[in-house]
Amino acid sequence: MSDTNVIPLEPRDARPGRKSAPRKPATPPATERPAKPQAAPEPDVAPPSDWERKLAGGMAFLRRRLTGDYEVDDFGFDPDLTDHVLLPPLRPLYEKWFRVETRGLENIPDTGGALVVANHSGTIPLDALMTSLALLDHHPAHRHLRLLGADLVFSLPVVAPLARKSGNTLACNADAERLLSSGELVGVFPEGFKGIGKPFSERYKLQRFGRGGFVSAALRTGTPIIPCSIIGAEEIYPMIANIKTLARLAGVPYAPVTPFFPLLGPLGLIPLPSKWIIEFGEPIETADLGSAAAEDPMLVFNLTDQVRETIQSTLYTLLMQRRSVFF
Amino acid sequence: MSPRVVLVTGVSRYLGSRLAAELQADPTIERVIGVDTVAPRDEVMTQLGRTEFVRADIRNPLIAKVIAQAEVDTVVHMNVIATPLGAGGRTAMKEINVIGTMQLLAACQKAPSMRKLVVKSTTAIYGSSPRDPALFTEDVEPRSLPKSGYAKDAVEVEGYVRGFGRRRPDVTLSLLRFTNFVGPTIETPLTRYFSLPVVPTVLGFDPRIQLCHEDDGIETLRRCVTEEHPGIFNVGGSGVLLLSQAIRRVGRPSFPVPSPAVSVVARLFRRAGLVDFSPEQMRYLEHGRVADVSRLRRDLGWGPRPTVDAFDDFARDRAGLLKAERFGAVEDAVLTRLAGRRTTSSATSGAVGV
Repeated sequence: MSDTNVIPLEPRDARPGRKSAPRKPATPPATERPAKPQAAPEPDVAPPSDWERKLAGGMAFLRRRLTGDYEVDDFGFDPDLTDHVLLPPLRPLYEKWFRVETRGLENIPDTGGALVVANHSGTIPLDALMTSLALLDHHPAHRHLRLLGADLVFSLPVVAPLARKSGNTLACNADAERLLSSGELVGVFPEGFKGIGKPFSERYKLQRFGRGGFVSAALRTGTPIIPCSIIGAEEIYPMIANIKTLARLAGVPYAPVTPFFPLLGPLGLIPLPSKWIIEFGEPIETADLGSAAAEDPMLVFNLTDQVRETIQSTLYTLLMQRRSVFF
Repeated sequence: MSPRVVLVTGVSRYLGSRLAAELQADPTIERVIGVDTVAPRDEVMTQLGRTEFVRADIRNPLIAKVIAQAEVDTVVHMNVIATPLGAGGRTAMKEINVIGTMQLLAACQKAPSMRKLVVKSTTAIYGSSPRDPALFTEDVEPRSLPKSGYAKDAVEVEGYVRGFGRRRPDVTLSLLRFTNFVGPTIETPLTRYFSLPVVPTVLGFDPRIQLCHEDDGIETLRRCVTEEHPGIFNVGGSGVLLLSQAIRRVGRPSFPVPSPAVSVVARLFRRAGLVDFSPEQMRYLEHGRVADVSRLRRDLGWGPRPTVDAFDDFARDRAGLLKAERFGAVEDAVLTRLAGRRTTSSATSGAVGV
């Protein structure tokens, strides 16, 4: 490396990983950087073409990754990686494959904490990913949804770090309240494995809603609960049987058999292209109930039921409106 | 209320000697007594200044005599050892940590002059597991208590310290749970780990880590000695680094080891004397550990610097093969080449036009 190459580095040296550096994931400040101002004094420089700009952006991203020059929050959320690497491959699935339609996005506040409570289905939690993408791409404030996951997720190699880097954390009251009180949009699937691993014959029948922990988290932080109903996810991998012995051996909650898996091998892993609708319902305000309400089990149960009933009835309404599973 | 006579245990080791050096420089403190089983090295001795060194084993009742005779009013217990190699084996380590603490606390309980006890503990007592909340607060119930090694000793030490607190409610008790230390000079298993030319990690895991700068650790201890801060505090930098991110920031390649082979590799490293990592710390490399440090900041009105800054101060002089400048240089070379290509092409097209 000759010294001349190092000169354009100067502006970057102010930076080395300062914490105060702004971290706006949508517009990485480093992307538009050096060389161009360097070359600017030259009178007859053609403006950089599109692919050159892309290349510069890509290299800036690569440099940030390779030198560890990015920020993660206390939960391990890495917006730089999520926005540039983890989410883009899901977009074709969202736009072209499932053709997700969102309704009621105006019910999600632009700022401040809120708890999105949704039904869970589909054998593989694609519904969680699609809901995140819906809020990031189509909500006017482009909000990241911070999902709460089961502890199994955080004990699996590869899955655990990816889950944390994309902004998710363990479903426990401490984490939920910490996220909500710091003004994050939190997503939760209270049915858990009971919902996602239920047989196809029970599709769109909501399972038990845990112990209502999500309601007490919302009450303690005074944040609104937003019921969310997802249609279409039930049909992506219709689970016709569950090999319980295998599941127990592998230490997982269920071992699914679908009409195509394991029959067609890896081909059976392709989800069926059902048409999805994600509807966000009217927020249930909890601020006026006060944080002491979380200590009243009867109120918590009632509120849990109210949320569950809302989602269930919305699911039925949406199913009535749906013309077919695939269109 | 400033202390008059301060006794520091574990004074021959790095943090102990630094704290003693700091305290002896404070003119309001009459006497600083340092206790350890081995004498400090000569260069450390000079820093210690007017610190009086007592060569005593805190496992031995002699310590009671020292405390009684000097009318010690403040004891800083820093003699809980993390590495069995440094103590001469796990048995000796356990004895120093647990029996030593019991003896010391027994002596303190008997001393009427006692006013304050500051104990250096560790966040390792929270363990590391995928079932714990993202941040440990001081009063959380950890899902899995550590079963072996240093962390288990620390859990037992804390138990005895709490017992002491019950029996001597008149003594101000500050229990400080430190996260892992880093800094330009301190040597810990973690700093040695980050200094390996190629850093082994656990395949498929990328834990969050939280660090405390050595200077900030000393400052926290100093404040707890000279001011009144009763209670249990997590001490560490705010914010986290991912392990992979930290390894990149120190410019080293990482080498992922599949989880079943991890214990074999760890044993090899221990035998080679490279890094002394216990099974507890191996779990740390899978699930990490982050503590909520806001209570300390609220109570002291000050807090250690963020994890990133602490780590960068450590990494500055240790940058490995993959220096940040090199990546930047490659990037800039490509960009200038591109810009240059554009200049020449537009210049030639201009010439044709003329």
